[in-house]
Amino acid sequence: MAIGTEPATAQRPGGNEPAGLRRARPWWMRPAVHTALIGAVAGYLFGHWLGNFLASGYQQVKHADINDTPIVLGYVFGTVGWLAGLGVFNDLLRQMAGRPAAGRDRAADGGLARYFRYSLDHKVVGIQYLIGMIVYFLTGGLFALAIRVELLSPAYHVLSPSAYLMVVGEHGTMMMMMMSSVIVGPFGNYFVPLMIGAKRVAFPRVEALSFWLTPAAFIILLSGVLFGGFPTGWTGYATLSVQAGLGMDSYAVAFGLMGLSIILAGCNIIVTVISYRAPGMRWSRLPVFVWSMVATSFLMVVAAPVLVGGMYMILTDRTAQTAFFTGTLGGSSYLYENLFWFFGHPDVYILALPGFGIVAEIIPVFCRKPLFGYRVAAACMIGVTLLSFLVWQHHLFDSGINPDMRPLFMLTTELISIPTGFIYLVAMGTFWQAKIRLTVPMLFALGMYINFLIGGISGIFLSDIPADTTEHGSFFVMAHFHYTIMGGLIFAFMGGIYYWLPKMTGIKLNETLGKIHFYTMFVFFNSTFLPLFAIGLMGQPRRVFEYQRQLQTLNDWVSVSAFLLAGSILIFVINFVWSTVIARHPEARDPWRSRGLEWQVPSPPPAENFARIPQVLSAPYEYGVPGAPPVADLDPGCRAGRAAPGRLMRQGHKRFLGAPDEERR
Amino acid sequence: MSLPARVATLLVAFAAVTAGIVFVVIHYLLAGLPVEDFTSVASAGPGGVRQVSVTMQTDAQTTVTNTPDWVSYFVKNPQTGTWDHTTLLKVPAAALVKVTILGYDGCTPLRNQVWGRVTGTVGNVEYVNGKPVSVLNSWQECSVQHTFAIPALGLNVPIAAVKSPNLCSTSPCTSGPHTVVTFSFRTPATPGVFVWQCRIPCAGGFLDGNGGPMSTLGYMAGELQVAS
Amino acid sequence: MAAPSGASGPAAATPGQPQARHGVRIFLIWLVASAICDPLIWFVAGPHMPPGAMSSSAVSQRFDITVLAVMSAPVVLGVFIYFGYALVVWRQRDGDQEDGPPIHGNARVCATWVAVSFALVLGVFAFGMVQLVVPAGAGAGEGPAPIWKPGGGAPLQVQVIAQQWIFTYRYPQYGGMETPQLVLPQGQNVQFNVTSLDVVHSFWAYQLGVKSDANPGVNNIAYTRPERLGRFHVECAELCGMLHGAMTGNGYVVTAARFQSWAASSQARLAPVTKTLPPYAATYDPTVIPQLGKALTSLGINGAGGGFYGPQVPAQP
Repeated sequence: MAIGTEPATAQRPGGNEPAGLRRARPWWMRPAVHTALIGAVAGYLFGHWLGNFLASGYQQVKHADINDTPIVLGYVFGTVGWLAGLGVFNDLLRQMAGRPAAGRDRAADGGLARYFRYSLDHKVVGIQYLIGMIVYFLTGGLFALAIRVELLSPAYHVLSPSAYLMVVGEHGTMMMMMMSSVIVGPFGNYFVPLMIGAKRVAFPRVEALSFWLTPAAFIILLSGVLFGGFPTGWTGYATLSVQAGLGMDSYAVAFGLMGLSIILAGCNIIVTVISYRAPGMRWSRLPVFVWSMVATSFLMVVAAPVLVGGMYMILTDRTAQTAFFTGTLGGSSYLYENLFWFFGHPDVYILALPGFGIVAEIIPVFCRKPLFGYRVAAACMIGVTLLSFLVWQHHLFDSGINPDMRPLFMLTTELISIPTGFIYLVAMGTFWQAKIRLTVPMLFALGMYINFLIGGISGIFLSDIPADTTEHGSFFVMAHFHYTIMGGLIFAFMGGIYYWLPKMTGIKLNETLGKIHFYTMFVFFNSTFLPLFAIGLMGQPRRVFEYQRQLQTLNDWVSVSAFLLAGSILIFVINFVWSTVIARHPEARDPWRSRGLEWQVPSPPPAENFARIPQVLSAPYEYGVPGAPPVADLDPGCRAGRAAPGRLMRQGHKRFLGAPDEERR
Repeated sequence: MSLPARVATLLVAFAAVTAGIVFVVIHYLLAGLPVEDFTSVASAGPGGVRQVSVTMQTDAQTTVTNTPDWVSYFVKNPQTGTWDHTTLLKVPAAALVKVTILGYDGCTPLRNQVWGRVTGTVGNVEYVNGKPVSVLNSWQECSVQHTFAIPALGLNVPIAAVKSPNLCSTSPCTSGPHTVVTFSFRTPATPGVFVWQCRIPCAGGFLDGNGGPMSTLGYMAGELQVAS
Repeated sequence: MAAPSGASGPAAATPGQPQARHGVRIFLIWLVASAICDPLIWFVAGPHMPPGAMSSSAVSQRFDITVLAVMSAPVVLGVFIYFGYALVVWRQRDGDQEDGPPIHGNARVCATWVAVSFALVLGVFAFGMVQLVVPAGAGAGEGPAPIWKPGGGAPLQVQVIAQQWIFTYRYPQYGGMETPQLVLPQGQNVQFNVTSLDVVHSFWAYQLGVKSDANPGVNNIAYTRPERLGRFHVECAELCGMLHGAMTGNGYVVTAARFQSWAASSQARLAPVTKTLPPYAATYDPTVIPQLGKALTSLGINGAGGGFYGPQVPAQP
């Protein structure tokens, strides 16, 4: 009765295919950054030629001696070439030709090389984003230092007026544009699947594409420097943007590409969270960080298309001689202002909400208490998301819009402070009778709360139309958004890095340097930006290279503080680079004793995240709850099946009871 | 990678980034036009007031650059007598500056006619080919080609246009029909940097004539550096 | 703003009495701090708050900013004091590995917070509305059809024409003269009609508390009434190109009599150029020059005349 146990054919390593084992191609033949660069150069040359072919004969071009069309087409085809060189289109073309797609990276794709490729592993994409965002942040920061050097003296000028405006525009655009994904990119992409118990994201190719658009946008934006930059600042107001030189095209194309990137990233995250949650991961157990990622993604998907449309219109106004924004030809400069700010205001919540998510995620861990008011935190995210589409005209109070629209927007802007304030209710409730551990991530979370409060209250001043008459377009606005975005978001970003880098890399960051980084950054940040409120109220407008003599002392104080702030960020860079490249001290799996699901897997997580899809048993914030089950059962087995959670918990309770950070056998 | 390899990569990367930043700063941020220094050629005039003579020309084309269709000012170097393509001037404080502008360009109407009136000069007049003029109406007879205006000093001088169709088409111009406009103004006693600009939208091919040479130092906008 | 815990404290597994101490303590510290801060802001800082008292809109904005500061100081103090107290009292002691009490939420605390913040927001909104309507628009640009206008007689009309890179002012009631000087009479309502000839600028008269964007082809109206004599600073508050930073100037508020004499002498002095100006209008199309046809036919524009679609280009959209 022996069942034949011998295979029908002899087994050979690598399979029985006629060709045998397919050798992996050498690294320089596989698509990666180097082939992408070749593709980008080829694409740019083609686009440039095409633009000259199309537009050299235009009278406008012959008079002006500058031709925008080759630059724009060069950038567009360069980006297509960049993506093609990375192999973004390979799977698409294979499937169109009827062949199977290549599928996910092999585990043999280890090492450093996969970070330079179009990787379908969301963890690799997360780390690519992290390095990218740090590079973009530091670049934007260098431009900021140039601004503060120029503003040291109202009379002596280091930069020419157009070089100064170039620097102002590059700084603002680099920060606002690139940092739209500063948390969604690295931490959203890395941790959302881990936090919801999934092995992957819904659309890994879309996610990787959203990352690889960012270096293209970065290079395109920086190349504006070669053309003398753009004179409009990051807001790009028409009609100045139509009148400007070649650098304006780099702004419009780069912003359009980033808009595309955030639409893609947002789509992916929304579908992942809706469809890939592990069993037992109810919406009421979803970590607050994931709530913030969903809310932010919703904002990205709905608001960014308007931006892409606006940028497209600037480009056609400049190249194809359309007249969207030219009043004398039937258009209107107000059209641009409204299109831009319809995106622009949700954009600042795209920047702020992830910060809220990170700090709400951090504080329960270091207070050893459940998050106070989980539903309130979720309501905060949802409320801010919905209301943020109804406030954009508060950027336009003095611009001559219909006067009876303005009270409506004053009301909605003031109303949005209510859900924004919920984050403080949650924090203060969590601190009540807590056991607060002042680790570096907790310090940054506290710093975020303090700075964002100042920024948020100054927003109330700005939302009040009479007060806004003096404050609009002045350094008061600058101080407001630097406090909310840099003091809020960037502090949360730093907190997230210190909190999650041990999970992402298995390596610990130096704690002493981290504390020095925090204290110096907090002190010098406040010393840089607090005087700006006063400078603005005393009458200095934004983006100027000259100002009244009596404001020089304050400006000098701010410039010196800005350099010291740069020093504190340098400490961070040194800590980051030293710890990850040189020292590489390994860290435990869960050094913070967190109950989060992402902390239950090894550091760094294995390629598939979880060996089996976990069965989620409780919310991640159940610190101090007697008899709380662990956050999930990582090894559900057949027994789990589709049993009701209650029954499972009884069995699970008996078998897996213990402190949440006990090593699993 | 081994530790020495990592350290070496790090050092190379750091050096490359620093070099890149230094290059961008020097080449793109700090790069500037040459400054024509008139302080060293100042002479003493009546009453001990220092005097300088500045000679400039306006051209319809800038063939010395890669944007030949842009209009531009040129300044005559006080030391060498060559025509330099710059608009940065350095003059002494509390001095009398006598300006001669050779206008080689044809006419473009003013956008705002108020700039057809001469202000801020000695006597509030300019001398066009020797004859004193105080208002030029560029809408009636298209008589203005550019202006020389220093807003902070209240100086505005419209440059009369050439009325002939055969304009000099190279730059800097040495022959061809031109108007000679002379005027003088006094610099303030406290040093500072004062921007000057043309007020005619003369940038062909740009929306409404703004942009391009109008917004670029070295063409139709410049700086007057008043040094003590 | 009430501290979130009041005297009762959130529901806790531990006895209620020791918890009340924290809530009461925080409340008292906050009360004392606010009682010190708010009068300081109102009495010491208030009279010096920007933008000053030079005009009716400046006075109302100074009052506005001071009231907002007085209202927001207790909010900021409340949060900071609570955080400070928590960091001092509720730190984890060395060697303590216990978790904190499992407090998930407190419906009463949350409801109070929502209600109080809602009330505050509505109060700030109502205050802002009053401050917007009563001072005739609070110096902000209201567009071409303003709805909050000052009472008491026809205002002095001043048209602010913004161009790259200077403001000029046109007085239609004085023969339509245009001058780079801005002089205003004391005690009379002024209507600023702000427009632009090229890109978007913004007319900001700082000490007058007036800010109104200058858009090409749009008349943006703002009102104020200068009350005190003196000099005020005018800046461009919207990035308008390379020399935006240099687009500043001064304006003067003088007595009514001096204003009349200035206006008369300026009219006379500027008469030669006033007759070359186009007729006074709410907006000016920079590409339409009435006599241009004559200039073209007689001489042709042979300079580098600007414009995408100049009259010499046959095909127009």
